[in-house]
Amino acid sequence: MITVKNLHKSFHTLNGDIHVLKGIDQTIRRGEKVVIVGPSGSGKSTFLRCLNLLEQPTEGEVWFEGKQMNKPGCDVDALRRKMGMVFQHFNLFPHLTIRQNITLAPVSLRLKTQGRADEQAMALLRRIGLADRADAYPGQLSGGQKQRVAIVRALAMEPDVMLFDEPTSALDPEMVGEVLAVMKELAEEGMTMVVVTHEMAFAREVATRVLFMADGRIAEEAPPEEFFDHPKNPRLRDFLSKVL
Amino acid sequence: MNPLTTAVSAPFFADAAEGVRQFFFRLGDEFYQSLVESNRYLYLVTGLWNTLVITLFAVLIGVLLGTLVALVKVAHANNPGRLKFWNGLCTLYLTVIRGTPVVVQLMIMYYIILGSTGLSDITTAIFAFGINSGAYVAEVIRSGIQSIDRGQVEAGRSLGLSQRTTMVKIVFPQALKNVLPAIGNEFIALLKETSVAGYIGIQDLTKGGDTIRSITYQPYTPLFMTALVYLVIVIALSALLTRFERRLHRSDNR
Repeated sequence: MITVKNLHKSFHTLNGDIHVLKGIDQTIRRGEKVVIVGPSGSGKSTFLRCLNLLEQPTEGEVWFEGKQMNKPGCDVDALRRKMGMVFQHFNLFPHLTIRQNITLAPVSLRLKTQGRADEQAMALLRRIGLADRADAYPGQLSGGQKQRVAIVRALAMEPDVMLFDEPTSALDPEMVGEVLAVMKELAEEGMTMVVVTHEMAFAREVATRVLFMADGRIAEEAPPEEFFDHPKNPRLRDFLSKVL
Repeated sequence: MNPLTTAVSAPFFADAAEGVRQFFFRLGDEFYQSLVESNRYLYLVTGLWNTLVITLFAVLIGVLLGTLVALVKVAHANNPGRLKFWNGLCTLYLTVIRGTPVVVQLMIMYYIILGSTGLSDITTAIFAFGINSGAYVAEVIRSGIQSIDRGQVEAGRSLGLSQRTTMVKIVFPQALKNVLPAIGNEFIALLKETSVAGYIGIQDLTKGGDTIRSITYQPYTPLFMTALVYLVIVIALSALLTRFERRLHRSDNR
């Protein structure tokens, strides 16, 4: 479903170029739940953001559903409609109500009428138990509620894959659970997911495959049992000893 | 006994009292001559009307023009390959307009650019002040757009919205809310700047007051009255703005 070939990404800064991704080859198949872990600065988020071209790769290819995205003339907007993304800082639209946050994209893109989109938004909100907050503004919600709304906002586009960029890192500890619960539910329904996170328990429980990124490369990848119980790479062993 | 002391005391105070009495008497007289006689207050009324008309339409042009220029500059800043020509034109516009006095711009507009088109003086002034205001509004709106968190754009784009739709539906409404107070201040500044419209023979509020002064040879009443009218309008506008800001703020904390 998603294939990246020899992916490189450098950032230009005043202190010279920083080489963040140093050649990544990956294929993510339909139905997989891929969890990416690793120390900060290892390029996890950059890798994820290259998948829907929020970051433009410096080198290499990104393919999604049979089309190369980072090629001139590719309709990136059309492909992004099928890739939901959830951000660390929620990025809800503060000037719109919760319901409008969810219906904005489907209605603006003429995929649904306002009426149909409203019905769908309410159904999604009922699912996460926030139907009574449909007419509230994001500023009135807690962090956990905001992130759950951000998830269903992406779901309203009926995506084929969901990308999660550290969805619980900006939350107070007591709100992490409610967001992970929604994500687990989504996984059980068979959604293809790519998740960057520091929640090792979530990775162990939900992932079909765990990737360990270090220094711009994928240093190890394995099913969760093997990944956590029999890590081979010494850097991964070191990392796990610190976080577990 | 010193003759000097007696000479000063009583008559001096009598004189002073007489002087004060006469001053107020003259003041009333002057007030009458400046405003009431021959209906001279009408100079101020007509002037005020012209000032308001020029300001209102100039603000409209300024906001329109400023928004366009800001959008071009932001689009170019986000994607340096695009709109190179238009960005250059906008930079030139901002540099020239903000680098020259508005009076000079007004006179150039009147005597050179629109001089032979037969447009009315007021229309000429509206264009001159509107184009001038647009440059300042553009910078205000540009900073407003750039103050919106990058995550907002990323969220919009990640949902598959185009750059344009993201701008129109997500960034612009938030930016506009942030810059409305600054635009209001621009409105107030512009109102006062139009006082140079007399340079091209428009009877605006300032010119009206000055005309009365030149007829009666009495400066106090007409000039202070002119200043007072400006002051009252500006205070009223500021109060309106403050209320408006408070309302915007309330919707933030709902």
